[in-house]
Amino acid sequence: MSAREEILGRVRQALVDVPASDSTEVPRDYRRSLGIDRAAVLDLFAETVSDYRATLHRSAPDQIASAVAAILAGQGITRLAVPADLPDDWLPDDLDVVVDDGRLGAGDLDAVAGAMTAAAVGIAQTGTLVLDAGARQGRRLLSLVPDYHLCVISADDVVGSVPEALGRLDPVRPITLISGPSATSDIELSRVEGVHGPRTLDVLLVE
Amino acid sequence: MSRTFLGLPRHGDGGFPAAAHEALADSQLRRNLHKATTTIRAKRSAVVGELPDWEALRDAGAAIKERTLRHLDVHLERLEQAVTERGGTVHWARDAAEAGRIVGDLVARTGSREVVKVKSMATEEIGLNDSLAERGISAYETDLAELIVQLGHDTPSHILVPAIHKNRSEILEIFRREMPSVPADLTDDPRALAMAARQHLREKFLSTRVAVSGANFAVADTGTLAVVESEGNGRMCLTLPDTLISVVGIEKVVPSWEDLEVFLQLLPRSSTGERMNPYTSLWTGVTPGDGPQEFHLVLLDNGRTRVLADTVGRQALNCIRCSACLNVCPVYERTGGHAYGSVYPGPIGAILTPQLIGVENAPTLPYASSLCGACYDVCPVKINIPEVLVHLRGQVVEHKRSARTPSPEGVAMAGLAWVLADPARLERAQRLGRRGAGLLGRDGRIARLPGPLGGWTDSRDVPAMPPESFREWWRRERLGDA
Ligand code: SF4
Repeated sequence: MSAREEILGRVRQALVDVPASDSTEVPRDYRRSLGIDRAAVLDLFAETVSDYRATLHRSAPDQIASAVAAILAGQGITRLAVPADLPDDWLPDDLDVVVDDGRLGAGDLDAVAGAMTAAAVGIAQTGTLVLDAGARQGRRLLSLVPDYHLCVISADDVVGSVPEALGRLDPVRPITLISGPSATSDIELSRVEGVHGPRTLDVLLVE
Repeated sequence: MSRTFLGLPRHGDGGFPAAAHEALADSQLRRNLHKATTTIRAKRSAVVGELPDWEALRDAGAAIKERTLRHLDVHLERLEQAVTERGGTVHWARDAAEAGRIVGDLVARTGSREVVKVKSMATEEIGLNDSLAERGISAYETDLAELIVQLGHDTPSHILVPAIHKNRSEILEIFRREMPSVPADLTDDPRALAMAARQHLREKFLSTRVAVSGANFAVADTGTLAVVESEGNGRMCLTLPDTLISVVGIEKVVPSWEDLEVFLQLLPRSSTGERMNPYTSLWTGVTPGDGPQEFHLVLLDNGRTRVLADTVGRQALNCIRCSACLNVCPVYERTGGHAYGSVYPGPIGAILTPQLIGVENAPTLPYASSLCGACYDVCPVKINIPEVLVHLRGQVVEHKRSARTPSPEGVAMAGLAWVLADPARLERAQRLGRRGAGLLGRDGRIARLPGPLGGWTDSRDVPAMPPESFREWWRRERLGDA
């Protein structure tokens, strides 16, 4: 008998007590939304993102390039990797840009100081950015290998709760939820930022 | 039923009591553990307190798990179909040896002799690193704590923070000894140590073509797998290699995408005490042009169907390995994880391990608890751990009764029953007992019972016998024949 048949057989044998008509109801009385207004959702997002030692910046839609220039100047970064479909008008003129056309390897990205991407969804309750490899986000390795990540998110894409966020996503895409820079607490529980992913995360909220 | 390997026994024949006794003598270990468990406990309760709907989430989480387990065959078949439709390959492993063989074959087929690994309880449980080593394949742990444990030739002692029993100077010593690239002036500052690990592993991430992971959840409807982590080593392993092999216990399946909204709230808050862990990766089969182009899912039984067959004990399979129960357990806090002799320590280990390998093979574990109930209160999926402990204790007793050689307690209890059955015998025994006054400690308590009962008094005193029994007093006072 194949392992598959044997394991499924054992499962069925183990469940002989379960009647065929069995259906346990799942109570879903938890909150789907936070019940607060847009402005409060955005303020909460700003607060939870900062709590996780990412830095939150805000900008108007037509000011993105100058906001990006200021943020990068603060970090001393002059060269960035970006997805091919990132809008040109998000990029300051004097920036040295490496465009990921789908052929960059991890080694190439290791040599770049940072990356800039958009995000699909932001979650206010938890300070989370969700990347789903959709428009302006590029492949997963783009926001992973370089030491610095600047993530641009539109206020329209910020939701309050985890259920609201998952409701907007398509499960078949590769999805990464990012809450602050990578961190470890494995040594005497002292938090150290940035073990393998980017050590620094800047978030630009566009509203 | 095939034999289930669970890395047991890692300690001698004395089981939990003997190992716990040893651990209790290590005051450094107790200090490390106390600090760790109290810190995580405080963080957890703060973030749980932020959610007014916490109890509703627990109810939902428990119900989803229970409902899934009651129809596990259906969900597993759906999961297999969904993963396959998205370009993945599903394998089934009856036990640890079979899982090790499958993974070894898959790695061998790629021609690679190295794999990078994401921390995973399932691969720990099946001793995968050892079985790969036997085939000449090196497995590199990439989680910082797992790396410390691996380089220290040690075993994990906590589900979430496996190296919690090591302090910074011990870690520095391990790194100096085992990491060729370590800077000469490395200090025991946690940041410096973490950066040394980053340096050490980066080259591995960029060059290794095969990764092995576990998964926290597997969604049956969509075929999506989820890995929750902090350091980014998970993302590295799940993104950069060409081939990804995930070893996942059959109990990790959840029916629908919607169910993740419950567990992605319950797990981080219960586990690290954060609103959300830094990184969660979700992937479904393979995505052309992004991430590994070959994906294998190994579904692991290794005793889980045995647990499923026990209608009381089955709830142990609800466990999402958050480790909250370890951090509140007074027994774990004093003994640490190694005393449990299994990859699953603490209260969950005390109920899961004996069921996975059979209570007769871990008869002391159901007693590794004070039944205080703190574990039940924090468990995000409402596993009634005390109930299962008591249930398993019953099975231990049952097993001992049917075993051919009676246990010391069995003999003592049978003797006691004989004495209590007859008043004359009882009185004789009581007089004899008083004559054993040599047993008395200085404060009039018996510090150590003789013979096989000594184990019982190792951790408690027995009040001494009164100078006169009630029957003797009655006869003297009322019947005048003392
Ligand atoms: S038994 Fe409950 S509290 Fe313990 S690790 Fe599992 S889910 Fe967490």
